[in-house]
Amino acid sequence: MSAANLVRRIGGRWGSLVSQRGFSTTPTSIIENGAAAEQGVKSLNLYSAINQALHTALDSDPRSYVFGEDVSFGGVFRCTTGLADRFGKSRVFNTPLCEQGIIGFGIGLAAMGNRAIAEIQFADYIFPAFDQIVNEAAKFRYRSGNQFNCGGLTIRAPYGAVGHGGHYHSQSPEAFFCHVPGIKVVIPRSPRQAKGLLLSCIRDPNPVVFFEPKWLYRLAVEEVPEDDYMLPLSEAEVVRQGSDITLVGWGAQLSIMEQACLDAEKEGISCELIDLKTLIPWDKETVEASVKKTGRLLISHEAPVTGGFGAEISSSIVERCFSRLEAPVSRVCGLDTPFPLVFEPFYMPTKNKILDAIKSTVDY
Amino acid sequence: MALSRIASSSSSSVLKPISAALTLRRPLSSDTTLTIETSIPFTAHNCDAPSRSVETSPSELLTFYRDMAVMRRMEIAADSLYKSKLIRGFCHLYDGQEAVAIGMEAATNKKDCIITAYRDHCTFLGRGGSLLQVFAELMGRKDGCSKGKGGSMHFYKKDAGFYGGHGIVGAQVPLGCGLAFAQKYSKDENVTFALYGDGAANQGQLFEALNISALWDLPAILVCENNHYGMGTAEWRAAKSPAYYKRGDYVPGLKVDGMDVLAVKQACKFAKEHALKNGPLILEMDTYRYHGHSMSDPGSTYRTRDEISGVRQERDPIERVKKLLVAHDIATEKELKDTEKEVRKEVDEAIAKAKESPVPQPSDLFTNVYVKGYGVEAFGADRKEVRATLP
Repeated sequence: MSAANLVRRIGGRWGSLVSQRGFSTTPTSIIENGAAAEQGVKSLNLYSAINQALHTALDSDPRSYVFGEDVSFGGVFRCTTGLADRFGKSRVFNTPLCEQGIIGFGIGLAAMGNRAIAEIQFADYIFPAFDQIVNEAAKFRYRSGNQFNCGGLTIRAPYGAVGHGGHYHSQSPEAFFCHVPGIKVVIPRSPRQAKGLLLSCIRDPNPVVFFEPKWLYRLAVEEVPEDDYMLPLSEAEVVRQGSDITLVGWGAQLSIMEQACLDAEKEGISCELIDLKTLIPWDKETVEASVKKTGRLLISHEAPVTGGFGAEISSSIVERCFSRLEAPVSRVCGLDTPFPLVFEPFYMPTKNKILDAIKSTVDY
Repeated sequence: MALSRIASSSSSSVLKPISAALTLRRPLSSDTTLTIETSIPFTAHNCDAPSRSVETSPSELLTFYRDMAVMRRMEIAADSLYKSKLIRGFCHLYDGQEAVAIGMEAATNKKDCIITAYRDHCTFLGRGGSLLQVFAELMGRKDGCSKGKGGSMHFYKKDAGFYGGHGIVGAQVPLGCGLAFAQKYSKDENVTFALYGDGAANQGQLFEALNISALWDLPAILVCENNHYGMGTAEWRAAKSPAYYKRGDYVPGLKVDGMDVLAVKQACKFAKEHALKNGPLILEMDTYRYHGHSMSDPGSTYRTRDEISGVRQERDPIERVKKLLVAHDIATEKELKDTEKEVRKEVDEAIAKAKESPVPQPSDLFTNVYVKGYGVEAFGADRKEVRATLP
């Protein structure tokens, strides 16, 4: 899986998290290539990386809890394996099937100064909890004049296509949540990213929705430091340098886009690839700087094109870089249909669709 | 715990004839009235339980046997089709719970509405759907009941009042209230059966649905198919009160042995009469699924194999009817074996036919999103090329 190879190096230094108990937005340790060997790295797939992050989170803060449907058995994707055995059923527990209740409960738990790590079994099931997230979690701090907040709340949910998931196990609902000031939305692209970003989300003083690319749970494997490390939120990463066109994406789509970049390179097109990682509040500067350099922008996501988060990126970049753009901003996204069962390959923003769009944008 | 209690109380005495009609010698004429006692008494909440004596006939019992055997065979076949990757997506099997679908059909007509969750293959078949429609839908083919666009979780049959096949836990129950309101408004003396599982019983929507259906006296029957596991979580881990028939508080309820097709029939008949006169009622069907929650769940991590085989031996709904048929000399073991063979053949033929059914046209991807289409721009930068104009 090429997603595994996406992460190369992130500057910085190692640090210890032992003393780090308070909420913080700044990572206390940042990965460095050389140091990784000393600290121990292990080849892990994405669900194991998530599992490791949850172990770390529970271990480093006694006031953290993991709960959701079937999590004490390890969850349907095995992300919570072993947690209940190690930390006990008072800190890792199953809930009934009641998404609205799960998130409302999590908000209350977090309001008492705890880290509530809630799992929604599939992102498709998050909608019963939509009200709690949008009206309760996101606005708690604002409407109480900062007396209360649920900053310790992190909602994990597997999102996206899986090849044959059909209508209710494949959706990418991130754009709905990106319309809600007060919460953060974060999506990792690989195991190493997943661990570092999840730990940042858990320790971030704001409620966060963390969508995990379920297609990559087993497929994506890369070297993941065993140590406690965090990756910064709201910082996009240029994972591939290029000069002709900027590609922006997140999550599982990154590996598809990387393949398209490689194919485009064979035809002499140099693509710059950016992983947005945090969707709100997003890193406009990194994307802006790149587009000013390349003069072209392509955004790709699995969610339907209309009203997708690509539209927001497109609009913002047009505002900032209008005079530098050499072609219309291109969006290669899911179709404006319900996520289909039998037509998934037609629906998906595949490598060839992206490659076509790269070519027609560059040739505009 | 509840399981073992029921298992031990289903003694063989119920298999003995209790009505005078049964003193007749074989062969019984197919329309002879038989009166058979249910496995265990009903447990009622805020209402008087119906009688344990259920009227049936040899022909009805034979039909029950055959229909349940078809369902069982169909689900087993779906299991292997899934494993050979001919069925994709998520697939939830109903084997073990057949008596609920069959008993409910025996007490209702096709103007009554049924709405259920995603474990819907057998409910669809009970409403008169064909095996071909089932397998074609499962494999995403054109001849499927939802034209291949729905898959396992989304079976519908409008002409028989089957409102499907819903993917989100508990979401179908309030819809059932809407159906019941429409029935009441048009004074057509029909009711809606809204089915959900013990897992869904803990969803807030269920209580919203209960309140509105009671407030407006809707002819809605909320049927909790309690198979004792909400996905991988045993009922007692998820529900403070696993007495789901009492969960309605002010709404009466009835607990039914959902493995006894005659008890289900009696309860549904009672519920329909009650709902038309007095408004909503909860039926808790105590049942069991042999398969795991879905195809990705082996179904053996959160329960013991002994528990599963115990239910198979003591409470299996098909075995129960089989014993009745034999005890009353309605059919011999051999005749029933022959029926099973026929059923197997029928299922195999349906699968073969379904395999020949074509997959839908790619353009069907864009139909049924709205009544009429709107120009779909499929590819961003390819906007010059790709534009689908819809019917």
